[in-house]
Amino acid sequence: MINWFKKRNRETLPDYWRAYQDLCNQKLPENIKEVRFVILDTETTGFDYKEDRILSIGAITLLNNRIDLSESFEIYIKQDRFNPQTVAIHGIIKNEKVSMLDEEDAMKLFLKYIENAVLVAHHAGFDIGMLNQILKRMALPRLKNKVLDTMILFKATRITSNLIDRDKNYSLDEIAENYNIEVKDRHTAAGDAYITAMAFIRIIGQLNKNGKLTTKDLLKI
Amino acid sequence: MKNTIAERVADFLKRYPPFDLLSKEQLIEISGQVRITYLEKDSIVYKQDENGHDQFYVVHKGAVELKREEQDKVKTVDYCDEGDIFGLRPLFANESYAITAIAEEESIVYGIPIDTFKPIVTQNLNIGNFLIESFASNTKDPFSKEYTKKLYADDDVILKNDPEIFDLQPVKYVKKVVWAQPSTIIKEVAQLMNSKKVSSVILKENGVPLGIVTDKDFRNLVATGIVAIDRPVSEIMSSPVLCYPKHTTIAQAQISMMKHNVSHLCITKDGTSNSKVIGIVSDHDIVLMQGNNPSVLMKAIQKANSTKKLKAIHKKIQVLLKGYIRQNIPLTHISKIIFELNDATIKRVIDRTVEKIGEPPVEFAWISLGSQGRKEQLLHTDQDNAIIFEDVPADKSEEVRAYFLLLAKKVTKRLNIIGYEYCNADMMARNPKWTLSLSEWKKQFTKWTSTAGDDEILLCSIFFDYDISYGNSSLTTSLADHIFDITKDNQRFLSMLGVSALRNPSPMGFFRQFLVEKDGEHKDLFDLKKRALMPITDAGRLLILQHRVKNINNTAERFEKLAQLEPENKELYLSCSYVAKSLLKFRTKHGLMHNDSGRYIELAALTKEEKMKLKRCFKIITQVQELIKFRFNLSHFL
Repeated sequence: MINWFKKRNRETLPDYWRAYQDLCNQKLPENIKEVRFVILDTETTGFDYKEDRILSIGAITLLNNRIDLSESFEIYIKQDRFNPQTVAIHGIIKNEKVSMLDEEDAMKLFLKYIENAVLVAHHAGFDIGMLNQILKRMALPRLKNKVLDTMILFKATRITSNLIDRDKNYSLDEIAENYNIEVKDRHTAAGDAYITAMAFIRIIGQLNKNGKLTTKDLLKI
Repeated sequence: MKNTIAERVADFLKRYPPFDLLSKEQLIEISGQVRITYLEKDSIVYKQDENGHDQFYVVHKGAVELKREEQDKVKTVDYCDEGDIFGLRPLFANESYAITAIAEEESIVYGIPIDTFKPIVTQNLNIGNFLIESFASNTKDPFSKEYTKKLYADDDVILKNDPEIFDLQPVKYVKKVVWAQPSTIIKEVAQLMNSKKVSSVILKENGVPLGIVTDKDFRNLVATGIVAIDRPVSEIMSSPVLCYPKHTTIAQAQISMMKHNVSHLCITKDGTSNSKVIGIVSDHDIVLMQGNNPSVLMKAIQKANSTKKLKAIHKKIQVLLKGYIRQNIPLTHISKIIFELNDATIKRVIDRTVEKIGEPPVEFAWISLGSQGRKEQLLHTDQDNAIIFEDVPADKSEEVRAYFLLLAKKVTKRLNIIGYEYCNADMMARNPKWTLSLSEWKKQFTKWTSTAGDDEILLCSIFFDYDISYGNSSLTTSLADHIFDITKDNQRFLSMLGVSALRNPSPMGFFRQFLVEKDGEHKDLFDLKKRALMPITDAGRLLILQHRVKNINNTAERFEKLAQLEPENKELYLSCSYVAKSLLKFRTKHGLMHNDSGRYIELAALTKEEKMKLKRCFKIITQVQELIKFRFNLSHFL
């Protein structure tokens, strides 16, 4: 596929994007305690990148093993597409009473929130893919952030042996069970982001038992 | 704006005082400002004499230890676990911290900004009163045990074996006093005691204690026929009751019980029998408070009626273990005691779970695998377990399996809360692969032993060392018989097992130096498990399997048995038994020293004597490996 917007000149990109992009060009700190992680989840109308749309984004920030809830992020997006089948999962109906943003404003807020943080999500590929679709509709390049997938990180905490199915896909519920994280508000973006964040800090704790894990090591997993 | 996460935090906080006194709006307001902090084990939240933070803390998961330094002595003041608040008083009093707070285990704490909390306290009279009461309760020592129930921690605190301090602790009393009217019929009181599982009942009128009846009174006065069971209980009660105020120390309580020859004291509001009853203390409770003694712990396990209690007991077991190792008590004794306590804990958890989810549809056995099955797990209490259930007709099998998987899920979760970590290879009963019927297990072993590749050998070595923790032992015996039958003439399998026992050759290099790990996380450390414990364990298992000896899983005991069975190799086997014990002790000691599993050893930190000792152990390992190589004719495999 020809990615036409790659050719777009820097000058024609909006200011907020340029600010975001400049941040992303900065080098990440080597010490993982100094790295800002944004743990996120999205609720969508379905699993089709082209057809489906994001209905809400929930995210929280982890810095130096600490999450400040006053800095958490939770937005709902107005969409024309409506899929009764997924309503049963996430419970977001078309005319939800919470305040809703249009896609473009939502993305602007989101970019401003994430800055150059390392993004973390469970099955991250999907959420990032959906977010990139919004950017594409806005004629903007893809997200520049480094991304971590808690599914893959969790696997790295398991014993590497043939006794476990190496191709096993761990669901967020299974991981939550392993760390005794209460699963409430499952399938709300913010609720799932919170569960993912709790799992993420435990996983990092496990991977970094000797305190020597660097950002580079972590991103290589 | 919607704030789902704040609502979650609020749901947690509202379960604990003083947050239960807040309105929903206030709770959400606070929750939205919470900072969640992850603490690695041993990380410090704040230090004694440090300036107050801008927030106080609530434990969400894990445990935080509060310590105070006093004249070069570090005293543990308290342990906080789920829902406990710490570090609040100094913020109100504008003082620096008088104690140090350290994460005792991996923990998650909520930090609540004092600037958010203070205005709410001033608005909400109930909270203000609660805090004032908590802070002012004992101005001399604001961290005393007495108020811990409300603000600092749960009632079950590890008391150090320091008799001086112990005696002067305020006595802990049971708050949920079972009581009746003095006019109640004896039979009804007895039924009440049975259903509440208590040994005494306070008889009170208008909130004031008039008398007490204990098991003894029923024995002396009712069972002997002196008083009929349809008489009012006032005819057999002891009156008046000995009453004391809540500040009473343990020593004082003990002395007055002895002096008056009674087993119970009543705690009342002003310490006289004219005021409200607030609690009761029995001599049994006092013995339990004395803590770290195996028989007391054992009793406590059997009586424990919550997972939280069992967790507190588990902690005490660790303290006990530390003491034993420090006193250099022979490892055989230590491991037996610790094993029994761990075993009782598992049994208790299963009992309670069965009580909750209903009786099992058929007979079953809960088995522990690997090092726990070998009774060699002292420090690192990992969960490795499985379930064998009785064979059932095909149409029932899924229903039955579902029950046991549910049981396993609940039991493993509770064990995890208590402190037994999940196996990170999922070698646990909650994994449907390891909850099987007897004939499925037999099939499983037949498959492993007939198609033995490296994975199967590894599985065999884990599952061969099983030990029954709970349930019907005829199931485990039947499985053991099956294993002997299928391995008896299976030369190929025995050879494979032999090869695997030799896969880690002598840990000494060419110049008699230790072989250390070459790369990875543990670079330059000596892997005691892989290079020393595993070879000796593997050897013991293989040799005992050949002799078809059942029910001995402990490596040292296996070699002792082998010494009897093969007098010609007696000396070597007895040395092996010694090696197994001393390596395990070595590992435990180092684990306790560095607060880890003790698996990886830094060679530079060893004394010369320790190095010599290790080298002697390796020599024996080499010898037994030679024996295996010869006996199973393995030279061409290697």
